[in-house]
Amino acid sequence: MSLYFERRQVVVPGDLLAEGNYRNGNGTFKELGKIFASVIGLAVVKGNVIHVVPLEGVYIPKAGDEVIGKIVDVSLTTWQVDIKSPYFGVLHASNAVDLPFNPLRTNIRRYFDLGDTIFAEVISFDRTRDPVLTTKGKGLGKLRGGKLVEVFPTKIPRLIGRKGSMISMIKRETGCKVVVGQNGMIWISGRTSEDEELVVSAIRKIEREAHTSGLTDRIRELIKESGRKNDEN
Amino acid sequence: MTRINQNSYERLIDENEIRIDGRKLDELRPINIEVGILTNAYGSALLHHGKNKILAAVFGPRELHPRHLALPDRALVRCEYRMTTFSVEERKSPAPSRREIELSKVIRESLEPAIFTHLYPRTSVDVFIEVLQADGGTRCDGITAASTALADAGVPLRDLVVACAVGKVEGHILLDLDDIEDKKGEADMPIAILPRNKEVTLLQMDGQLSREEFQRALDLAIKGCEQIHEMQKEALRKKYSEIQEEVLEELNEFSEKEENQD
Repeated sequence: MSLYFERRQVVVPGDLLAEGNYRNGNGTFKELGKIFASVIGLAVVKGNVIHVVPLEGVYIPKAGDEVIGKIVDVSLTTWQVDIKSPYFGVLHASNAVDLPFNPLRTNIRRYFDLGDTIFAEVISFDRTRDPVLTTKGKGLGKLRGGKLVEVFPTKIPRLIGRKGSMISMIKRETGCKVVVGQNGMIWISGRTSEDEELVVSAIRKIEREAHTSGLTDRIRELIKESGRKNDEN
Repeated sequence: MTRINQNSYERLIDENEIRIDGRKLDELRPINIEVGILTNAYGSALLHHGKNKILAAVFGPRELHPRHLALPDRALVRCEYRMTTFSVEERKSPAPSRREIELSKVIRESLEPAIFTHLYPRTSVDVFIEVLQADGGTRCDGITAASTALADAGVPLRDLVVACAVGKVEGHILLDLDDIEDKKGEADMPIAILPRNKEVTLLQMDGQLSREEFQRALDLAIKGCEQIHEMQKEALRKKYSEIQEEVLEELNEFSEKEENQD
């Protein structure tokens, strides 16, 4: 049993992380009893599981994730949704429309049309089939107006913060509505476009400095400072 | 002037075992790797190696087009090695040559064993290698740059892939041949390895080596690859250490402000 990295050290693919009675978690793999990093990221040990928190990478859907997507195709009973992932999301009418409907009579474009932005939950994804989405649920559905920002999905946990501390602080301090998709898409709607811009700049700062500590305080400072500037003007 | 001199020398290696560019027999050309220099690509790397300049960009895993190429159980790795028209002295025709198509294939085959392709079925990982300036050993540098870019893109890898050339010139076994040594020498052998297990993913040879020479050349190449591997890892880590320093500076500014307020 031995570890070969320091807490939160940046590791690169092929780095030896641990030996002995450890299990390999995300971003790692096991070979001949040794655990190695498979992605560039920060090495963490939780109990006896070794993880690498990735610093780069694409969004891979997971059942239960909430994502923001754009409708890119409409057929008789389904929508194809671009969720900024290698796989398109599939939204069946039965997972979006409450009333039973007849596709011969009703055009589902009445609900969501091409180019609409939706907030949806991933119901299932198993590698062999495209991820299935639903918009039935609290807060899910079409997002009207507002601004869309895209960040690396690997930065999303940082944006949300521990038990949502970061994101709720941003919402409170700016008074904007912010919806965060696990896929790296963020929707912002505020009273003024200045408020929205402020959230965007806070998000960009988080994206740049995601792997450093004390981030929440600095973001709060950033928001308060520009709030003061706006008041002076 | 230098150009004329380079082509008109009589010997590539002098009596002190020093090569025409001043290197020792087992010495690499200077290498510098920059990571993440393209914003549109998922990952990228720019490799300077002697006079070589090679740019690698990785896109993926992403949706595969055309769809019928999709593999049900793993990602499709595609690779394109290209030389710019101005990369060599005489203008290279922009049409893909036989050589470029072949190198694209061997580079793909040398990278693929390192990638966990089964994690992303039905997708593609596209690797683009652009040779901006060529001076021998561009396929090796292409592989090194591409694997660095793959790591930068966050593609899960078993190991970084490193490549290096060895050869025989005027009876000596040399590391890291440049263009003249490659053309005038007796043998040239590019090798790519996964450095952790020393697995060989590319081994080609032009010319002839004896059994004993081959073994010596292979050992030398692996030593060269290990040196390059260290630089590769350094370059990848540096991308994040620089950001951390930037943040430290900001923190300093903050604390100074607070002091002034008091």
